[in-house]
Amino acid sequence: MDIDTDTLPAFARGCAVLGSGGGGTVAIASVAAMQALEDHGPVRVVQAGDLDPDLLVMPAGTAGSSAVMLERVTGTEEPVHLRDKVEQLYGTRVGALMASEIGGANGCMAVAWAARLGLPLVDADGMSRAFPGMNQTVMQLRGITPTPAVVCDERGRVLVIEHVTGSWLERLVRSSLEAFGGQVASTEYVLRGRQVATATALGSVSRAVHLGTELPAPLITGKIAEAVDGILVEGLGADQGRLVRLEAGSEFVAVLEDGRPLACVPDVIALIDTRTGEVVQVEQVRYGLRVSVVRLLCDPIWYTPEGLRLAGPEAFGLTGLHSPPPSPPGFPCRAGTGEAS
Amino acid sequence: MRIGIDVGGTNTDAALIDDDGKVLATVKSPTTHDVTGGVAAALAGLGATEVTAVMIGTTHFVNALVEAARLEPVAAVRLGLPATAALPPLVDWPVRLREVVEGATYLCHGGHEYDGAPISDLDPGELRKVAADIRRRGLRSVAISSVFSPVSAGSEVEAAKILAAELGPGVHLSVSSEIGRVGLLARENATIVNAALSRLAERTVEAFGQALRVAGIDAPLFLSQNDGTLMDVAHARRYPVLTFASGPTNSMRGAAYLSGLSDCAVVDIGGTTTDVGILAGGFPREAAGEALVAEVRTNFRIPDVLSIGIGGGSIISSDGTAGPRSVGYRLTEQALVFGGSTLTATDLAVAAGRAAIGDPGHVSEVSYAGPLKDIEARVAEAVDRMRTSSAPLPVVLVGGGSILIDTLPGFTDVRRPDHFEVANAVGAAIAQVGGEVDRVFSGPREAVLQEAKDEATGRAERAGARTGSVRIVDVEEIPLAYLPGDATRIRVKAVGDLDLEKINA
Repeated sequence: MDIDTDTLPAFARGCAVLGSGGGGTVAIASVAAMQALEDHGPVRVVQAGDLDPDLLVMPAGTAGSSAVMLERVTGTEEPVHLRDKVEQLYGTRVGALMASEIGGANGCMAVAWAARLGLPLVDADGMSRAFPGMNQTVMQLRGITPTPAVVCDERGRVLVIEHVTGSWLERLVRSSLEAFGGQVASTEYVLRGRQVATATALGSVSRAVHLGTELPAPLITGKIAEAVDGILVEGLGADQGRLVRLEAGSEFVAVLEDGRPLACVPDVIALIDTRTGEVVQVEQVRYGLRVSVVRLLCDPIWYTPEGLRLAGPEAFGLTGLHSPPPSPPGFPCRAGTGEAS
Repeated sequence: MRIGIDVGGTNTDAALIDDDGKVLATVKSPTTHDVTGGVAAALAGLGATEVTAVMIGTTHFVNALVEAARLEPVAAVRLGLPATAALPPLVDWPVRLREVVEGATYLCHGGHEYDGAPISDLDPGELRKVAADIRRRGLRSVAISSVFSPVSAGSEVEAAKILAAELGPGVHLSVSSEIGRVGLLARENATIVNAALSRLAERTVEAFGQALRVAGIDAPLFLSQNDGTLMDVAHARRYPVLTFASGPTNSMRGAAYLSGLSDCAVVDIGGTTTDVGILAGGFPREAAGEALVAEVRTNFRIPDVLSIGIGGGSIISSDGTAGPRSVGYRLTEQALVFGGSTLTATDLAVAAGRAAIGDPGHVSEVSYAGPLKDIEARVAEAVDRMRTSSAPLPVVLVGGGSILIDTLPGFTDVRRPDHFEVANAVGAAIAQVGGEVDRVFSGPREAVLQEAKDEATGRAERAGARTGSVRIVDVEEIPLAYLPGDATRIRVKAVGDLDLEKINA
């Protein structure tokens, strides 16, 4: 499979869905990806099983404020600086690029950068969705070391971070943001071809393309009945009489009906504007919007005890909640086909 | 006395208002191709010459963009390298418009970070080379944008000076910090559109002035801006893009004035569409994010309006559904009540006895109840989508097509004020003068809020507002996520009464 100018719109929409209401807006990033594909041609998508065992795979993405990304829109040289420094640190050529985070803007940035570097894109990512922390990755759970990690900007100012854990990496990168003007490009958890099959969320790129054209049936369709003091969705049509509450931080993290969870992080929770079909982000929620609420499972590893510790309900301040079993039964799902229906 | 004129796509409406704010006369005349003919006819229709000011709201400039006609090719100069290179100017424009407007694009050094620090130093030599290329290509309109110019306009201002010195007075320069707000591509797009309209703006403003002279009126002329405030002729020549949404804004402001309400929903029903907006404190609620205008992503101050395809000329299909197809201005030929053969929404209103238009005998057999109920339900849903809470909200109906509506399900207070059919012209006539600040501030909250309010007040006074009459009508604070310190984006809007002595001085 290739990502080209024809498949990009579906892919970008899928990335927005997998953002679970966060992950930064794809509006700018998808235009950057489109421009890169026009400049450099399609990006080849490769499967984990087809990678040379020793091939160096570079996960990449941006971190920082999406308000800054709206203004200091992306440059062309960030991926070049990341790749050059990684090749110097590891003493070998980077053979493929992978999205650190498929959900939100970073999924599209991975396509833009793979195109600019002329590298294939691995059909996988670090999260299988968007998470706020750069250490909330499958690689972290599988014991891949996050460092040496490289942080840079479009001017070629490069920071190398070594000998730290995932949570310390997150802390150091956040603290460097001010000096970098609020936004950086980064690579961490660099891995080898042989590790990809077991230490990443597989099938993320093809899943995003698929979700861009086809979504599972919604949990509820209705209108936003409250947006200031919490978020309430009041059912309309077939769902008349139902009322659900959405919990949200940077992302949507739970959907509750009569106190019972219909979905809960690590599930992906997407809001779709029923009039325009656009994906609605947390900060775009407002009274009167007609929406459907869609639930998607994410990679099975996030439902294990270790996964839940790193990115489960309690990591988002929700106590006593858990993701309900999917219906129809089929849990745990395989990544790439894990849509609840 | 003041005259307000709204130049719409179909009609040019005008209203004469005395110094106590009473509507003395109104007139509707067809909009002419040259635009000014309709204005001249409207002025003649009112028949007043002893006026103190004339305010015009026009869709002429936005229509030029929609039609991709009468536009000037633009040299787009962006400061920010090495940032922003992945997305050159005009990257997200529709091809049809891009072909007309793109003269040349240049990525140069300069620009700022969110805290005002330079991204890279401005390079005067680089800009002089750009100027030479612009001259060689014969381009006469330039748009300058720079990263975070709403925080620090330093780069843009400096670059504009260099380009102006190189290119001379015959070349128009539009600067992004004077036009849009945070969001580089959207602000830059609005700036490019403004530059593309510059020649048309000069010609049109001149022609409006000519129409006034022909009508024997010797009074200052103002144009309505998107936010419902006025700009003088000199300003209008430089910032035509700021008139883009003045149509719906004037309708809503006029509705507020005529109904005496300052917080309400306004439903403006024309021939083809129904526009729904929300008034808060007498001014339209503005769209928060980006707005597509002729498929171009922009973010200037425009009212948050939801349009649905229902109007007086809407064609009723065999299943009783109204719109979105409309007979438009051919209503008086094609509607049943005028002896035509097309069932329109107006025919339903006449059949139901809600309006006396044409010959009711032609629609005595029409079953109107179901289709009208459906229209009311759809308009009510649109109003419900626009409001911000479930608290009761009065609804004001304006526009010629508002005769379709009797009641709105879910809304108990629905009114149609006198002169509802020319609310837009009234809105133009009563407009005030405003000043706005929208940028990122750092520091203690109380201090920066006061700083922003003072700045907005100062801007309103410089724009012609009477000292002492200026009040703050809107304050919005947006803390910036994932940024250290207490960086907050603050928007403040101030408005005051037009001080004609100040303008004439």
